Amino acid sequence: MTDCRLPVRYRVSSRVEETHDTVTITLEPADDPIAAFRPGQFMMLYSFGVGEIPISVSGPPGQPSLTHTIRSVGAVSASLCAAQPGQVVGVRGPFGTSWDDADSPGGDLLLVAGGIGLAPLRPALLSALAQPGRYRRIILLAGARSPAELVFAAEYGRWRDSGAEVGITVDRADASWPGQVGVVTQLIGQAHLDPLLTAALICGPEVMMRITARSLTAAGLPAASIWISLERNMQCGTAECGHCQLGPLLLCRDGPVVNFKIAEPLLAVKEL
Amino acid sequence: MSVISAELASHRFAAGLAAGQLDRLAAIATSIEVPAGTRLFEEGGHAASVWLIRTGRIALDLHVPGRDRLIVETLGPGDELGLSWLRPAARWQFGAIAQVTASAFELSSAKLTGLCDSDHELGYQLTRRLLGTAIDRLQAARIRILDLYASPSAAVGGL
Repeated sequence: MTDCRLPVRYRVSSRVEETHDTVTITLEPADDPIAAFRPGQFMMLYSFGVGEIPISVSGPPGQPSLTHTIRSVGAVSASLCAAQPGQVVGVRGPFGTSWDDADSPGGDLLLVAGGIGLAPLRPALLSALAQPGRYRRIILLAGARSPAELVFAAEYGRWRDSGAEVGITVDRADASWPGQVGVVTQLIGQAHLDPLLTAALICGPEVMMRITARSLTAAGLPAASIWISLERNMQCGTAECGHCQLGPLLLCRDGPVVNFKIAEPLLAVKEL
Repeated sequence: MSVISAELASHRFAAGLAAGQLDRLAAIATSIEVPAGTRLFEEGGHAASVWLIRTGRIALDLHVPGRDRLIVETLGPGDELGLSWLRPAARWQFGAIAQVTASAFELSSAKLTGLCDSDHELGYQLTRRLLGTAIDRLQAARIRILDLYASPSAAVGGL
């Protein structure tokens, strides 16, 4: 059993450029691997000499390798995005809550992603697709800024072939884009949801999650059937430093996945 | 109830209308099919119809000099296409083209306005629906203006 306060060395085994600023890297353990993760959990990834940041796992569970999809927005994420096969990075984790609480066998599983928010949802989607018959319907609704900024675009066809209903929309596009243009919430009405049989998992920018959750409750979903993935300043990962506090929650322990019934009142408090 | 009335009743725009109101609306509605690639109207043209989309997808677009056409929004089943006739200028603000083959009920704006003028209760019901659509479009546009996905600090996948 590894000490989750100490980074374990992992070696980059592959690197895929998803968009102009987003990269997916796969990591293989160079030492004893860390504990298995559950979909929705995150790792603290350490770029040696640069710094450490929280990154959700974007690959399938149940494998020794770890897959992370990282957007280059700062010094550490830029360093991780630039990591080439063979390079060693540090990994601590897994940390936080998972999408498992939303598991509703026999019901409908709805995943709503905004931008790179599809990355933390991908393990839940892959896990659901790997269990045919577990859910009545698996629905993925994803929005992005433009067609060029869609992550995992090459996989949508495969997900559809595996039984998922996939709706994609972008904020802006030219006439060469054959798909939908509009906000992701506009896809909700097209999905013909059965509100009392649907569990919804939402991940994306916080405002997008708030708006989406409200659209879902307006469509009849109980708040308790909606889960969102929240992020604050995660640092220790062990609920000791307090940097990721959101009201009564320490999101590195009590999140990132939080039921909307709990999260909704907290999101309305400006100081949090 | 006519065939069109029965079909119209299943459209979101007409949901909740009384049978008589549906019949009056159906009397001015024409069921049409729009093959993929067909342009329904061009930006700047005279706006004289509204379409209640039943199937398929229509793209609202805009010509930008030196660039390909930009798609402003796509509309699908249950949506209404064409609100510009509500303003006095009655000019299409954007163009519209069938992205995939679509079917719709087409209503003349003059006949629809006449119907509302002669039957204020129906006019009230239809105005509420059109206003609801306008609010939905306004709110969606405002959300898109925020450019949420571009905000690095909000990116869940990494900091």
